[in-house]
Amino acid sequence: MSLTRADVEKVSLLGRLLLSPEELDTMTTQLSQVVDYMNLLAELDTDGVEPMAHAVEMSNVFRADEVTPSLDRKAALANAPHHDDECYLVPAVLGE
Amino acid sequence: MELSATELHAQLTSGKVTSVEVTRAFLDRIAAHDGAVHAFLRVDRDAALARAAEIDQRRAGGAKLGRLAGLPVAVKDVLCTQGEPTTCGSKILEHFRPPYDATVIERLKAADAVLIGRTNMDEFAMGGSTENSAYGATGNPWDVTRIPGGSSGGAAACIAASMAPLSIGTDTGGSIRQPAGLCGVTGLKPTYGRVSRYGLVAFASSLDQIGPLARTAEDAALLLEVIAGHDAKDSTSVDRPVPDYHASARQPLKGLTLGLVREHFGAGLESEVEQAVREAVRVYESLGAKVKEISLPHGKYAVAAYYVIAPSEASSNLARYDAAHYGYRTPEEPMIARLEKEHAALEKAGNEKALANHDNALVRMYRQSRAEGFGAEVKRRIMLGTYALSAGYYDAYYLKALKVRRLIRRDYDEAFQQVDLIVGPVTTSPAFKIGEKVDDPLAMYLVDLYTVSANLAGIGGIAFPCGFSASGLPIGLQLQGPAFEEERLLRGAAMFQQATDWHTRRPHLR
Repeated sequence: MSLTRADVEKVSLLGRLLLSPEELDTMTTQLSQVVDYMNLLAELDTDGVEPMAHAVEMSNVFRADEVTPSLDRKAALANAPHHDDECYLVPAVLGE
Repeated sequence: MELSATELHAQLTSGKVTSVEVTRAFLDRIAAHDGAVHAFLRVDRDAALARAAEIDQRRAGGAKLGRLAGLPVAVKDVLCTQGEPTTCGSKILEHFRPPYDATVIERLKAADAVLIGRTNMDEFAMGGSTENSAYGATGNPWDVTRIPGGSSGGAAACIAASMAPLSIGTDTGGSIRQPAGLCGVTGLKPTYGRVSRYGLVAFASSLDQIGPLARTAEDAALLLEVIAGHDAKDSTSVDRPVPDYHASARQPLKGLTLGLVREHFGAGLESEVEQAVREAVRVYESLGAKVKEISLPHGKYAVAAYYVIAPSEASSNLARYDAAHYGYRTPEEPMIARLEKEHAALEKAGNEKALANHDNALVRMYRQSRAEGFGAEVKRRIMLGTYALSAGYYDAYYLKALKVRRLIRRDYDEAFQQVDLIVGPVTTSPAFKIGEKVDDPLAMYLVDLYTVSANLAGIGGIAFPCGFSASGLPIGLQLQGPAFEEERLLRGAAMFQQATDWHTRRPHLR
């Protein structure tokens, strides 16, 4: 096992997922298998190789700095699970 | 129903048939057979017929019509369509109605296509079998107990089952070519940047590309011509002219040199697939092509690099599903009650450390909503990506994978110095049974063995049928070409289709 259950639990918090105890167990086994497979990459010497983040090398894609119409508030809020016609509503973050 | 899109288009143009007749025929076919195949998530019969009638009327009035006038097109449920549900095969987007159209949707509408329905897919395009849809699996029309491939399984199955003449899919690691190969249809993954991704729900942004699925290469060319081209709304879309793909598709490639990749014929490739591929190569030779053996030495690392890069990008893209801006949110009252109960229990036990780490209400809302809204495969990939990007592992996995990606691209650049196109299998075997690999993610990931390299390198590829297994399942052939050589891919595929009839075979649906 390249990952422990504690590792997986920590990653589930970072990834904002709440996993059940059963899911944590399965995930530990399955992620370990995949990560072991990924370790295949380690056998390659990549010293001096420039990382390739994108398939088409492009830089400085500019557009004119002009104000254009964007989503109005009503449309932006339309898909929100909870809103008050002005803001998105979420559970209290600070105190009660 | 047996006509290609190109033939249908000619009949529509000459007035032999109306769009209403064509659209109704496909809708009837869907009504009769989609219960068994489940290629579609949604079909709005009335809207499609109304649109067809409107196009017929404009045609009758002598109006100038778009390139696809009156032809039905099915769209994978991953492209935003204004006001219409766009679910990505996920429960988290069950009630999501985008406030805008994806550029590809805009272009299809402007070309006067009839949008006939939304096709099923692996959730957020993550998967190789269309079993990961929150709305149930799609069956392969050749044998509905088998997978159609994924993630554009619905997009390929609807073509194979003659439920639409044309459809749109997306390909992040093979998701157009692999289902095309397994369903016996033609699917093209264009060069990265050829088609705008604006309004495509992102999975892995540096790999995703939208492309056509159809019966023939000629039909795929027609659809590509409409959707390709620069879009200022997508800064990764490339500003290059769009060739007249359809007009050139049927011109054979003279003096073609094909590359056969040594590493493609190793262990794992089923013998009947190998036989069909080698027979297809002989067909090309009989058409005057030269064949050269080449090597893509870093191909064996492609799946590992892909399953670092794609989930990393996915974990970042899917962070937007925060249950605040849109999408599913867990019911708040029971969530808060549970949280308080947990808190009280920790306090009572005097567990200071656990108390300090205990979720606050907002974090718990994120975590619980996402856990309930996402399916198992999406959770696995978010976890993988989060792990690969986390402190201490970034260099060993993510950065390493990006370097390997460069090596894979270099292999291709060198290969295309020697050959015009690379020819080989799409998958190691024909379609497998539904359920066969669901508990073995690694086995499922290896299904994309022959297709992921093209996404990492950003080049184009096309898949089309080149034979059948003894049990009557389609076997696919893949051509890969240098960046922005879609014309070459389409002509190469069309040339094979003029010499063979594999692409004309259709499954018998009961």
